[in-house]
Amino acid sequence: MTSQNAMPTYLGMPSFPDAARRAVADPRLRGNLAHATGTIRERRADAVAELDDWGALRESGKQIKDHVLANLGHYLRVLEEKVTEAGGTVHWARDAAEANRIVADLVKATGETEVVKVKSMATQEIGLNEALAEEGIAAYETDLAELIVQLGHDRPSHILVPAIHRNRSDIRDIFRKEMPDAPADLSDSPADLAEAARRHLRAKFLSAKVAVSGVNFAVADTGTLVVLESEGNGRMCLTLPETLISVMGVEKIVPTMRDLEVFLQLLPRSSTAERMNPYTSTWTGVHPGDGPRDFHLVLLDNGRTDTLADEVGRQALRCIRCSACLNVCPVYERAGGHAYGSPYPGPIGAILSPQIRGIGSEVDASLPYASSLCGACFEACPVAIDIPEVLVHLRARAVEDGPRHPVEKAAMTAAGWTLRSPARLALAQRAASASRRIVAPRGRIRRLPGPLGAWTETRDAPAPPKESFRAWWARTDGGRAPDPGHGTDPAGPGGTEDAKREKGEDA
Amino acid sequence: MSAREEILRRIDGIVPARPDAEIAADYARIERGYLRRHHDDGVLDLFAERVAHYRAVVLRAAEADLPRVIAERLAARPGAHGVPGDLPAAWLAGADADLVRDPAVADLDGLAGAVTGCAAAIAETGTIVLDHGAGQGPRALSLVPDYHLIVVRAAQVAPDVPEALERLDPSRPLTMVSGPSATSDIELSRVEGVHGPRTLEVVIAE
Repeated sequence: MTSQNAMPTYLGMPSFPDAARRAVADPRLRGNLAHATGTIRERRADAVAELDDWGALRESGKQIKDHVLANLGHYLRVLEEKVTEAGGTVHWARDAAEANRIVADLVKATGETEVVKVKSMATQEIGLNEALAEEGIAAYETDLAELIVQLGHDRPSHILVPAIHRNRSDIRDIFRKEMPDAPADLSDSPADLAEAARRHLRAKFLSAKVAVSGVNFAVADTGTLVVLESEGNGRMCLTLPETLISVMGVEKIVPTMRDLEVFLQLLPRSSTAERMNPYTSTWTGVHPGDGPRDFHLVLLDNGRTDTLADEVGRQALRCIRCSACLNVCPVYERAGGHAYGSPYPGPIGAILSPQIRGIGSEVDASLPYASSLCGACFEACPVAIDIPEVLVHLRARAVEDGPRHPVEKAAMTAAGWTLRSPARLALAQRAASASRRIVAPRGRIRRLPGPLGAWTETRDAPAPPKESFRAWWARTDGGRAPDPGHGTDPAGPGGTEDAKREKGEDA
Repeated sequence: MSAREEILRRIDGIVPARPDAEIAADYARIERGYLRRHHDDGVLDLFAERVAHYRAVVLRAAEADLPRVIAERLAARPGAHGVPGDLPAAWLAGADADLVRDPAVADLDGLAGAVTGCAAAIAETGTIVLDHGAGQGPRALSLVPDYHLIVVRAAQVAPDVPEALERLDPSRPLTMVSGPSATSDIELSRVEGVHGPRTLEVVIAE
């Protein structure tokens, strides 16, 4: 079962509303995010509009992924067999700790103390770099944005561009300070910054003996693995070292090569708004005379089977990590990625993190609420994940399973006790009616006393009615008995609106 | 219980295993209403335009004219160029450049560039696919040097992604190249030139 530490929340991470409040107050962060997401939104819309059959591609992508999830055991067994046949070694990891242990042991077996890394969400998720550091192994991120995050002692804030919260002058400052070989007069032009990264990493690529990567797609029936990238750092890591260790979530499978014709159209256009990303590499086990001699594939569960068990929530496992949902989200654009307290920020993070980690912490219980349910994420998703549907579903689960405020917990327990007995309910309703003059002199409760005050901080509550529906029904025989004292309004004591509310008709 | 057994047991408990034939039948029922190709005509023109859009240099030459065009391109780039030992000899017949056949990986960083063929290409997306078979060399050859010249034969250009994938052998390592190395990591705008070849030149042989 998922432990709370399966994907560590960042140390001391506050709940989403607290973290977001701080982020929204940072004008520089908001400026950087608005600029970057605004740019990509427009370009993505063009890239998608260019294909008349986008809707059909999206539907096929959804169906292929759903088919894999419905037959996951079969496809994992086939993938394992094919990768092994092609000369690779397959490992299985129940959780983050087990995956980190496997990778660390594989690196140690080579006698090396350094690895180069291709950007990978799975290894971010399991905190691999930190785990390797504890074992005396240095992991060098080679993707430009990951490098910026690593050199800046920072955390990723976007799935595709982890340093999206940094603008070009921030990046120049980080390089000047933290990159020993950066020229002293380094400018903030993107071309110069890219050149500095190229020089900095070249020697590492040429001398690295071990690389760690993620996987975008794993083709079950051939055992072929696929990585999409832009810079060529992926090709360097997948090709030059002697040992390659790839970590993939168990849901990353497609059944056949043919399915790539769908995803190679959906993913680049959705993520970087390009017709195709600059480089896509595929490999099948070990290719003698070309590339690594030793290949290991680590299949990672880490909460994915728990997610699969939830029939509404499992659609999150269709995700191909394009990040289109982040770029269109009004909440993400203002709050930024760090507020989500997870390597998976934005709308997809709000449904993935609580499912992978379990709703055990304040931050995970708050994530399903980190949305206005506007639906832009669902529209943008290339595999049609109904993110709003899952958010609402997880809100219900957060109330059932999540950590609660002690007063709320006590109140809910008391409410349960009261509602189980009609006599107790009648008594409570009479007490509530009697309180109306004390707490709500003008018919609205502005602030409840004591610890309940927190609940009314952001909302007004209606005052309890003079008479409860139950009391009115008993007194008037459901409105049939004439009652000169209270009139004969058949809708009940508070008029139509109140009656409806009590009966829950407009809830 | 091993991790493998436990993970598969969990999965089988949620989505029970079924006979292979049933799974295959379900797979065949997946709707594929998308197009096999987005353009029927002008495929070569489209390919040239889409590759150039990535700021690669695109040249078109008659097959007989290839040696002259390749020689000119290499002459503009001083230094040694790596070539696969099985690159068609005629392509290099006019070249005056210093050519290193099948260079060792350790020597690649000292080369000015590399010349290769390819396995297939995709017009719609401006993509060239290498399978590192005949005339293409191992993956490192066209990766480490800063300049890559690729010769694409007209017949190798497929109109779109589905037809290109049908031509490829998944048991080979594949490298799909769409323009020179680039990044979108600074303010989400594309900048050419990071770790892979920063200059990509494509000669279409017609």
